[in-house]
Amino acid sequence: MFETTPVQQPVQPPRQSLAGRAYLARAGVSLGALVLLVGVIAMAAAKGETHIPLGTVFQTIANHLWQAGYDVDPIDAGIIWNYRISRAMVAAACGASLALSGAVLQALLRNSLADPYLLGISAGASTGAVSVAILGFGAGMVSLSLGAFVGALVAFGFVALLAIPAGRGAGAIILAGVAGSQLFNALTSFIVTKAATADEARGVMFWLLGNLSGVRWPDVYLALPVAVIGLLVCLWYSRALDAFTFGVESAASLGVPVRRVYVVLIAIAASMTAVMVSIVGSIGFVGLVIPHAARFFVGTRHGFLLPASALIGAVFLVAADIVSRIILDGQVLPIGVITALIGAPAFAIILCHGRVLR
Amino acid sequence: MSLELRNVGWNAGFKKIISDVSLHVTRGEFLGVIGPNGSGKTSMMSVLGGIRAPSTGQALLGDQPMKKIGRRNLARHIGFVEQQADTIDRITVRDAVALGRTPYLSLLTPWSGHDDAIVCEALASVEMGPFADRMWHTLSGGEKQRVHIARALAQQPDFLLLDEPTNHLDIHHQLGLLELVRALPVTVVAALHDLNHAAMFCDRIAMMNGGKLIALGTPEQILTSQNLHDVFGVAADIEIDDQGRCHIRYHAGNQKSSAIKKTGLRNPVF
Ligand SMILES: Nc1ncnc2c1ncn2[C@@H]1O[C@H](COP(=O)(O)OP(=O)(O)O)[C@@H](O)[C@H]1O
Ligand SMILES: [Mg+2]
Repeated sequence: MFETTPVQQPVQPPRQSLAGRAYLARAGVSLGALVLLVGVIAMAAAKGETHIPLGTVFQTIANHLWQAGYDVDPIDAGIIWNYRISRAMVAAACGASLALSGAVLQALLRNSLADPYLLGISAGASTGAVSVAILGFGAGMVSLSLGAFVGALVAFGFVALLAIPAGRGAGAIILAGVAGSQLFNALTSFIVTKAATADEARGVMFWLLGNLSGVRWPDVYLALPVAVIGLLVCLWYSRALDAFTFGVESAASLGVPVRRVYVVLIAIAASMTAVMVSIVGSIGFVGLVIPHAARFFVGTRHGFLLPASALIGAVFLVAADIVSRIILDGQVLPIGVITALIGAPAFAIILCHGRVLR
Repeated sequence: MSLELRNVGWNAGFKKIISDVSLHVTRGEFLGVIGPNGSGKTSMMSVLGGIRAPSTGQALLGDQPMKKIGRRNLARHIGFVEQQADTIDRITVRDAVALGRTPYLSLLTPWSGHDDAIVCEALASVEMGPFADRMWHTLSGGEKQRVHIARALAQQPDFLLLDEPTNHLDIHHQLGLLELVRALPVTVVAALHDLNHAAMFCDRIAMMNGGKLIALGTPEQILTSQNLHDVFGVAADIEIDDQGRCHIRYHAGNQKSSAIKKTGLRNPVF
C-alpha cells in the first residue's frame, strides 16, 4: 500500500482545497448564467413584432404561476404566455440539450470536433421529415416531428450497428457517424429531388435549418423534462467523464465501467438530440461551439463543465431566437442561420486562441 | 494481497495474442517484464491490471477472480500506467493526479481535504510538487510520465503496473525514473525494453516471447547469453560484477536479422 510516507519535498497545498478551488468563482458564473437565462427568456417574451414592456411580461408570468391577479391586457398576455414564453422555454431546453450532448460526446470520443449530429441524428431526422412531408408516409396521421424523431432513431441505430462490429472505439463511432450521416443526407436529397415541388422543398429546407415558430406548451412539456433528465444523468457520470481525460484504457484503470458509461451516455445524448431535432429541426453549431466556450469559462472538469454548457447553450439559443425574429422586418430567419453566423466566427476565435486544438 | 495469473490467454477477435501465462507477483518486489516488440507484454500487463478480462484462465487479486471484485475495487489496489497516454484537454498537473482518486469518490463520499493531501503526497513522491499548478501540455515527456505515475499512486495501490515507463526519455531520466519507482513503497511490475535496466532494478524478471511467458527468475537466471540469443536474436556476453549484478555487452554485426538488429543497437555497449 502506498502509505502516508513523510513528504520528501514540500508541495504547496492547493490554494484552496481542490473541491473548493475557484468554487465560488465557478458557482458565481453558474448563478450569473441562471439569472442571465431568466433575463433572456423575459427579453424573448418582450421582443417581437409587437414590443411588450418587461413589466407586463413579469406580471403575466406572475399571473400564471401564482394567480397574482395583475391587470394585464389579455391580448398581450396571450402573446407572452402562449407564444413567446413557451417558445423561449423550448429554445432554452434545446440549447441546453445540444450543448450537453456535444460536451459529453467530445469527452467520450476524445475529439474536440465531436457534436451531437455526429451520430447521424440530424441526417436521419431530415430523412424522416421529408418522408412524411413529401412522400406522405403515415397518410397525414403522423406529424413532421414524429417522422423526424423516428428517422433520427433509425439513423442512430444504423450508426450504432455500423460502429459495433467496427470495433466500438471512438474512431469507429466517428467514422460510422460520418458514413451514416452521408447516407441519410443522400436519401433526403434523393427524395427532395425526385418528389418535391419547389414549395415543398423550400418548406423542408426552412424546417431543417431550425424553426421555432410552431412551438407551443405541449412541446415544452416534452423538451424541458428531457433536458433536465439528460442533465441529471450526465452529471451523475461527470467523474467518469473526467476519467476519460487520458483515454479509454486509462479510464478503465481508474475503475470506470467504460462500456456501460459509453452505452448510457451515448444513448442519452442521442435521445436528447433526437427529441430536440424533432421539435425544432437541426440547429447547427450549438453542440460544437458551446462546450468549448464553457471550457473557456469553467475549465475541463465535467462537474462544472456540464451545467455550464447547458446554461450557456440555453442562453445562447434563446438569444439567437430573439435575433432571428427581429433582424429582418416582418420576416423570421431560420434560427440555424443565426447560430451558424455567430457560431462559425466564434469557433474560429476559439480555435485561434488554441483552446480547442493545441 | 497477491496478484496472480493462472493459465491466462487473451485473444483479440480470433487471434491468440497471449496464451498460457501463469505468474504470481510477490509482495514488495520489482518484477520486470521483458521481451521483443509484439511479444505480448502490454497485453499481459493489461490482463494483470484488470483492464482486459482474460479469454481463458483466471486473473486473481488476493485469491479472488478479478471479475468478481469489480473495476472500482480493482482500481483501489492496482495502479496502471499505460505505454502512451496523452490528452488535448487543458488540465493542470494537480487535476491530472486528482483523477487517481476516482475509484474512491462518489456522491456520498465527495472530494475532501484527505484527497487533497493524497494528491500532494503523490506529487511529492515523484518529485513533481513544484509542478502542481502547471498545465499538462507544457510538461516534457519525462515530467508527463512522472505525473502519470503520481496519478496511479493517488489510487493508493498495492500494485503499480508500468508499461515501458522509460520510453522517449533520455538516459538520465530513464535511470532517475526507475530509481524513483524502485524506492516507492509499492509492489512494481514494469515492462522494460532496456535489458541492462532490467538487470539493474529488478528483483525478478519475466521473459515473454510470442505471447508466452517463457522464463521467470532472478536477473542472473534470465539474462543469459543463450536466452538473449534465442529470444532477442542478439549476440551478447553477460558479465556479473562484484555486487552480483548482470551487465550485458552486445556484439554488433552478427545479429539474426536487421529487424532485430534495432533492438540491439538501441542498447549502447556498457
Ligand atoms: N487489440 C488488438 N487487436 C489485434 N492485435 C493486437 C491487439 N493488441 C495487441 N495485438 C497484437 O498482439 C501482439 C502483442 O502486442 P503487445 O501486447 O502490445 O506486445 P508488446 O507490448 O510486447 O510490444 C502484437 O503483435 C500486436 O500487434
Ligand atoms: Mg507494449
